[in-house]
Amino acid sequence: MMHRSGPIDSYSGGARITRRGLLTLGAGVAAAPVLSACGGVSTSGTGGGSGSVTLMSNQFSPVEEKQHFEQILAKRVTGEKVAFNQVETGIFASTLQTQVDAGKVQISVVGALHGDLAPHAARLIDLDDVVGSLGDRGFASELTDLAKLGGSMTKYIPWMQASYVLAVNKKALQWLPSGVDVQKLTYDQLLSWMTAARRGNGNKPVFGIPAGVKGLYHRFFQGFLLPSFTGGQITTFRSPEAVTAWQYMKQLWAQTATASTNYDNLQEPLQRGEVLVGFDHVARLVGAPADKPQDWLMVPAPSGPKGLGYMLVLAGLGIPKGAPRTDQAKAVIKALTTPEVQIDVLRQNAFFPVTNAAVPTDLPPAVGLANAAVRAQRSAPGAILSLPPVGLGTHDGEVGQIFKNCFKEICLDGKPIKQVLDAQAGQLNAILSELKIPCWKPDPAGGDCRAA
Amino acid sequence: MPGRLRRRGRPPAAVLLITPSLVFMTALFLWPLVVGIAQAFGGPDGPTTAYVRRMVDDPYFWQATRDTALLIVVLIPLQFALALTMALLLRERPKFAGLHFYIWVVPLAISDLAAGLVWLSIFTDRGYLNSVLDHLGIGSYSWLSFENPSTMFLAVVVAELWRSTSLVLVIVVAGLQGVPRDYDEAAAVFGATYRQRLRYVILPQLRPSLQVALILRTILALEAFAVAQALTGRNFPLLVGETYQWYYTLQNPNVATAIALVVLTLSIVAAVGYLRVMRQRPEMKG
Repeated sequence: MMHRSGPIDSYSGGARITRRGLLTLGAGVAAAPVLSACGGVSTSGTGGGSGSVTLMSNQFSPVEEKQHFEQILAKRVTGEKVAFNQVETGIFASTLQTQVDAGKVQISVVGALHGDLAPHAARLIDLDDVVGSLGDRGFASELTDLAKLGGSMTKYIPWMQASYVLAVNKKALQWLPSGVDVQKLTYDQLLSWMTAARRGNGNKPVFGIPAGVKGLYHRFFQGFLLPSFTGGQITTFRSPEAVTAWQYMKQLWAQTATASTNYDNLQEPLQRGEVLVGFDHVARLVGAPADKPQDWLMVPAPSGPKGLGYMLVLAGLGIPKGAPRTDQAKAVIKALTTPEVQIDVLRQNAFFPVTNAAVPTDLPPAVGLANAAVRAQRSAPGAILSLPPVGLGTHDGEVGQIFKNCFKEICLDGKPIKQVLDAQAGQLNAILSELKIPCWKPDPAGGDCRAA
Repeated sequence: MPGRLRRRGRPPAAVLLITPSLVFMTALFLWPLVVGIAQAFGGPDGPTTAYVRRMVDDPYFWQATRDTALLIVVLIPLQFALALTMALLLRERPKFAGLHFYIWVVPLAISDLAAGLVWLSIFTDRGYLNSVLDHLGIGSYSWLSFENPSTMFLAVVVAELWRSTSLVLVIVVAGLQGVPRDYDEAAAVFGATYRQRLRYVILPQLRPSLQVALILRTILALEAFAVAQALTGRNFPLLVGETYQWYYTLQNPNVATAIALVVLTLSIVAAVGYLRVMRQRPEMKG
């Protein structure tokens, strides 16, 4: 009985299923038997002939994004023929590991998030020559520092970035307390603003977070709330400052639309007008202002006692050791950092440039709004850069769930904060002690990472 | 229970005959069970209870256990009452009995996830039910919000009731067809009321089919998940949904297997319990 899990049984619908989600599901259910029959994963790329450079990536998994990126490759990377091989994160890691360790590398370029590449630093060649020849791209120094993966050599070339910001419908500005700059909010100001807005809106909250089954709300705690209040993400997990942060979250939740627990992304409820202010990943917000961009603002996340904690989602391109056609691979990487490609990726897939590429005025206005907010957030005084967990591998979901559990128990179930944090810190440390990995930003590196 | 069928001294033909089922049971049940136990209790450094502790410490686990139990306790009596009523109505051979039967059995042909989505379109905040209520001027209501656990539960019960009562109905109707009308008519001749005939003539003869239906439905109810998932996400967690969550989203197959073993244990306990309870009764009556 326990192994009875066909494709239908094993699908979790999520609380709200969009039409697109439903279609994807239908396609997925239809395709699952076919795909699972394949067993292994093609690592030679799709449709690439023998003369092509294989780019394996775990990014752009939605099929439209994958197609957009393939079109960009065909149009912009003219020197080499690139076969784009999109795989799941787990397969990405195992393919890279087994191919390099077995000395039979078929992939020339790998593209993934910082946290996906970090465990493979020893499997990637040094790219100092490439980054040296790309001086005109204007990579920000915090990005090229991250690209060294803790060592002294550049291990990947920054590819694209994303972050999380607040989307604000201008209707909500009427309740903004006087003297408050919406571009430079503090967490306390956000709370008093949202409290005033709820009162002004006939007691209906206007704030939303993506706390649905597939929502990314744990990133809000990991990268924004906790770093802003405690300066850390893991080490300070149950510090007195963390208790303050969760006390704040409890108050903010009281001013938040309770339907948030059904939101997998915020652009849809924002567009429907169910909420007016919301926090989410930029790619999950740009749909909101699409129709009436003049009604919308995108602003940096608020700042707290320790500064403006923000999470940087950075993707990079690396070359595995022993990869075939290394020279062509380097040429492909260079081509992917040109302003044209960076802007195409922004336009099509809502990932932001890592270079100084000038953002053209004909961009969809929503993308322009988000781009400005992402830049303002990164360059804000007191900004605390934090990263999505690095080196957790398949445990990323479990660590994210720890933060979600804190939210559930503290905000939804109303349990005592200290008690919840202590219990969840025990769970967190159980996972981390198995992994024995160093902490990632904003926590100090060195030693095994664990909640103090 | 293939082991029990084996007896010494029998001609090997019997052994040969049950070999295919033995092989099947071993390959498809026993072997996965052994692997499952090894996965739930075996860590990288030998046997461990760490995964079971993770499971027990998870805030969703006890809620899921409670919800699953609640669902079974509420759902199954309702379902049997409904299915029995429907089957007895059909037994009276009303006009278009065949058509009624087909309509009542339609949900059997629908996958649970599809059924969940159908009911989601009814109960969701801007769904059909709220549209109707709005139209009548009553105003809409968040049926599936975590703040309204009772209506959330109600929605899951209604959807499951709709989806899976037909299975009980089919079994009961089949059982009723095997009950000779003579006994019923004889009882009627001796002046038994309908209620007495139902209690002392029909139901006792239906016992085997009810037993099968009860075991099947309890095990299936323990496995229920897609409907609740579609309607409520993780706001109304069920045990099998949690195995999915741990296996797929949290990528921890060990804890997922530990929960699956809990489901398996509950299924076995329920099945054995029903078999015992149902077997004792006729003996007591003599």
